[in-house]
Amino acid sequence: MSIGIIGKKVGMTRIYDAAGKLTPVTVIAAQNNVLVQRKTVETDGYNAIQVAFDTQKKQRLTKAELGHLAKAGCEPKKELREFRPKNGEADGDVNLSVTQFEVGQYVDVSGRSKGKGFMGVMRKHNFDGQGAAHGSKTHRRNGAIGCRSTPGRIWKNQGMPGHMGDRECTTQNLVVMQVRESDGAILISGAIPGAKGCYVEVRPAVKKLQSVRSTFGIKAVDPADKKQVNPAKKNKK
Amino acid sequence: MHILESIENEQKKSDVPSFKVGDSVRVHTKVVEGDKERVQIFTGIVIGRKGAGINENFTVRRISYGEGVERVFPIHSPRIAKIEVEKQGTARRAKLNYLRDRKGKQAMAVREAK
Repeated sequence: MSIGIIGKKVGMTRIYDAAGKLTPVTVIAAQNNVLVQRKTVETDGYNAIQVAFDTQKKQRLTKAELGHLAKAGCEPKKELREFRPKNGEADGDVNLSVTQFEVGQYVDVSGRSKGKGFMGVMRKHNFDGQGAAHGSKTHRRNGAIGCRSTPGRIWKNQGMPGHMGDRECTTQNLVVMQVRESDGAILISGAIPGAKGCYVEVRPAVKKLQSVRSTFGIKAVDPADKKQVNPAKKNKK
Repeated sequence: MHILESIENEQKKSDVPSFKVGDSVRVHTKVVEGDKERVQIFTGIVIGRKGAGINENFTVRRISYGEGVERVFPIHSPRIAKIEVEKQGTARRAKLNYLRDRKGKQAMAVREAK
């Protein structure tokens, strides 16, 4: 069962599947993930495993950080993250290489999105803006933001202009297209948050059943599938 | 970056013939009909090549029943069985889009290579 992996976004490309279908993929390099610490309910209040990734120069870390890593017998590392596998999944030997993922498996990918700076409401919240012509003097503003004395305040979550991007965010339900053990890389369908070279976390998807799809894309058509009987009509004759 | 390159190189075909804009080609494409697969041939003039590496495409134009038809093929697609060069042509520009405005015999006229 897969737990999660820390990786570095390498970039995007396209791959063909056996049927000749082209899929855009993001390549994530994720070699040498090291288990640093096991957290348990008794000692830490929750269950988790702490994983380190990417080599760092010794002088760039504090003594506290070096000591923490040395306790696990681990080289200086840049990135520390925690994964919270379900009970019992992370007991014993844990596979922290890319091979923990299977082709066709659904995953969630978290990373820090690209910063967009101060953005207006049309860009940031997909507001419509106002008319361009017919004497309209406002074009890209937010317009009205609330009512009058009832409720006498602005509702929470009212979209306003402001800083966009550069925040931790997750893209859900992406499909693992290829696992390249020799490169320590994993290929995931579609785009993921962040710029090239930034750290991302790949975890099994929370919203999908972890049943693995055998093939992605064009499936061999099974004639038996077409003749599936509607269960409601089954008893009618 | 070398991971990206190796992924792309793996998918590139080694047996793609060299052909240029202006050449007449026969493109053998694999077509799936029901559960059978057969090869369909699209013949015409290459009027452009675009992109690089795994993303390279080429456009083939032909006149079919009096109507101009253009198809864009990715060069390294597994759905292309074979590309045959029938006739080599010389083109003075990279894209032969001017053929679209031509009628009759002139529509498929490209100077042959010496």
